[in-house]
Amino acid sequence: MDFELLTQYGDRFWDGTLISLKLVLMSSILGLLIALPMALARSSHHRRYWIPAYSYIYFFRGTPLLIQLFIIYYGLGQFEAITNSFLWPVLSDAEWCGLIGMTLNTAAYTAEILRGGIRAVPRGEIEAAKAYGMSWWLLQRRIVLPRALRIAWPAYGNEVILLLKGSALVSTIAVWDLMGETRSIFSRTYALEIFVYAAIIYFLLTFLLTRVFNQIEKRINRYLVSY
Amino acid sequence: MTSSAAITINDLHKTFGDNQVLKGVSLNAHEGDVVSILGSSGSGKSTMLRCINLLEIPTSGEIIINGELLDLKKNRHGELEPADHRQIARIRSSLSMVFQSFNLWSHMTILENIIEAPVHVLKKSKAEAIEKGRELLAKVGIPDKADAYPGELSGGQQQRVAIARALAMEPQAMLFDEPTSALDPELVNEVLQVMRQLADEGRTMIVVTHEMGFAREVSDQVIFLHEGLIEEQGPPDQVFDHPKSDRFKQFLSSGL
Repeated sequence: MDFELLTQYGDRFWDGTLISLKLVLMSSILGLLIALPMALARSSHHRRYWIPAYSYIYFFRGTPLLIQLFIIYYGLGQFEAITNSFLWPVLSDAEWCGLIGMTLNTAAYTAEILRGGIRAVPRGEIEAAKAYGMSWWLLQRRIVLPRALRIAWPAYGNEVILLLKGSALVSTIAVWDLMGETRSIFSRTYALEIFVYAAIIYFLLTFLLTRVFNQIEKRINRYLVSY
Repeated sequence: MTSSAAITINDLHKTFGDNQVLKGVSLNAHEGDVVSILGSSGSGKSTMLRCINLLEIPTSGEIIINGELLDLKKNRHGELEPADHRQIARIRSSLSMVFQSFNLWSHMTILENIIEAPVHVLKKSKAEAIEKGRELLAKVGIPDKADAYPGELSGGQQQRVAIARALAMEPQAMLFDEPTSALDPELVNEVLQVMRQLADEGRTMIVVTHEMGFAREVSDQVIFLHEGLIEEQGPPDQVFDHPKSDRFKQFLSSGL
């Protein structure tokens, strides 16, 4: 092992790590915000709500994230309507495209995870909320979603960890994330331990995320004490 | 009668698929009345109670709460549904319900359970609701459990919290759906005691129950349902001492 490589390229590993973390944090938060209404729509009995939500989920779960990123980064630029529009400054930027792809992708998975949580909310507690005069929206806001989120939390933590690993794919659309920096350093040095260093950093980030999710779970699931 | 009608049901029918659960039942409860609804399982007694706050939508019939007719309209399948969801929400918030399986919101503490609907449905101030909530917890005998979660309490304690939650709404009437049926025998009394106290305070209560002693002592009116029809109805002395219906006699002697 050549530790000089670490001191020599430490800054670039650090920069890449920050970009990866930023992409994961932002896309998981934005994805959750999109997933919340989508999970409600997906759980609806009305076709006009669940069919669009289900189609979206089907598309983003059914195709590889890599292809989704390619379509957003390389594909959208083919249309003049887009290159001439106000969206172009955003859509011509690789990092933005990475963020959009990751967000849309994780939103689909998260919506499906939340749907499971929504279905697991006890019927009796929903009935009690109705019996006390709650409107549909108040019922979702105060009873269903808070409970569904608690139930789904461990599965959601898993999704965010998968998202971190999936984020390595954005290096293929020229984002200088951890994987992008790693590949660039490797192409200069041909030193295989570069990939070992990158793997260790991903491992540490996963460890960190797991800790954060476990801490939050302890807080929000205190009510499960005696179950 | 000098008091006015709090809850009136006229000729209520309810069908689930091919199953006719209610075949035309009526009830008239005056303010301050305690009405007990008895019957074996499958008689339709819970369905009748659940129609009052429209947790079940009747197939036909009228429900009048404090002189206000619940507005039901036919949908395109010919089934009734609430015409005005705001009316239903408003009426429901004036009729607190206590459930067989408590149905406390398990992710909220006891005090949060009690203040939830007063704060978010009735729009009361949080401070006022908390003060009232603590008083009610003292009233049902568990003042020290405010910050516990429902899962940490015994069944009897949970049901008393559910009653406190119901009282926090300052309801015009209370609906009890077999409130002691899910409890261990030694915990039944602590709940019945609280309910007796509420009856003594003159609260309007409709109680679906298997507790004959309670029905006899506390009720102003007893209704016995059998296969979706009212078989016996009247003041408890008359109903229990001189039952007219053979089925009710059978029911009483079966020792339930």
